[in-house]
Amino acid sequence: MADYKDYMLFDKLPHTWCAGCGDGIVLQSIAAVFAEMELDKHDICLVSGIGCFGRVDDYLDINCMHVTHGRALPAATGIALANPALHVIVTMGDGDSVTIGGNHLIHCARRNIDLTAIIANNYNYGQTGGQYSGTTPTDSITSTSPYGHIEQEFDICRLAEAAGATYVARATAFNPVQMRKLIRGGIEHKGFSLIECMVQCPTHYGRYNRQGEAADMMKMMNARSIPAEKAKTMSAEELEGRIVTGVIVNKNREDYYTKYKRIIDAQRIREEGGSVNEN
Amino acid sequence: MRETIHISISELRCKQCGICSALCPKQVFTQEVGKIPVVSHMDACIACRLCEMRCPDFAIDVVITGGEER
Repeated sequence: MADYKDYMLFDKLPHTWCAGCGDGIVLQSIAAVFAEMELDKHDICLVSGIGCFGRVDDYLDINCMHVTHGRALPAATGIALANPALHVIVTMGDGDSVTIGGNHLIHCARRNIDLTAIIANNYNYGQTGGQYSGTTPTDSITSTSPYGHIEQEFDICRLAEAAGATYVARATAFNPVQMRKLIRGGIEHKGFSLIECMVQCPTHYGRYNRQGEAADMMKMMNARSIPAEKAKTMSAEELEGRIVTGVIVNKNREDYYTKYKRIIDAQRIREEGGSVNEN
Repeated sequence: MRETIHISISELRCKQCGICSALCPKQVFTQEVGKIPVVSHMDACIACRLCEMRCPDFAIDVVITGGEER
């Protein structure tokens, strides 16, 4: 059986992330899923944006593309349409996916492009000094909200679900086994799949909000998490401040490329003078 | 044949974040501030590999030899 190390550039380690950062846990999960599925390196393409989690591509020995801030999904859309046989993976942070690139996320979900978006949510912009992002919870302290954050946060999974994503799941860094299972489910799913991975930022968010060390933040994350099946039976008040984990949405809807190809093929047959079976 | 478990920690890659020593379900590791964790209760290890999977720095390797394939 393949090992996750086969998909990584181990000579580039130690990586640039801070001590205790959860991004490394997600990176290992991604590489482990590739190994588990025994994917050919040439069949995978990973697109990453800017931010702490955008650095994932530096340590993977596969086809990678590093693009501008928030624009990872448009680049990945192009790749997925140009070469539909590829497994396209997009790695973004919360700032990349829902704050600066929020527009691209909802439209990618609406179009149902066949790709897998893996979002590491650490509640702030870690790389630039811990400024608040679109997912920073209300009242929490960041370097740009020293008296408490005023705005309400985004729930990435509910946003994607409303926009029409066909596979939406959430995992925490505390549970890497579940994270592997959900990422694998996303890669195997045909259509737009989104996996939100909750990760800790002990350097900025944890320090400003006095949440202790990395391990304490992970324990807190686990205490707050609740399985998706159980969450369905709970009211909105009970779910306040909770992290719903597991598969949240899993449905089938025809993806963009399949529909597009059908139209192109029908047009080609018409031009060649053949008859088209219209359904 | 009984399986043997070996845990190796890379001094080069470890950033001493303390995740493995705090979250190990069997408290296999002990760690002092400013030092890398030490495997001090090897007999308690159940080879769940959670330390390996939770290590954000790819520093831990759990090698299981002998015994049944898992």
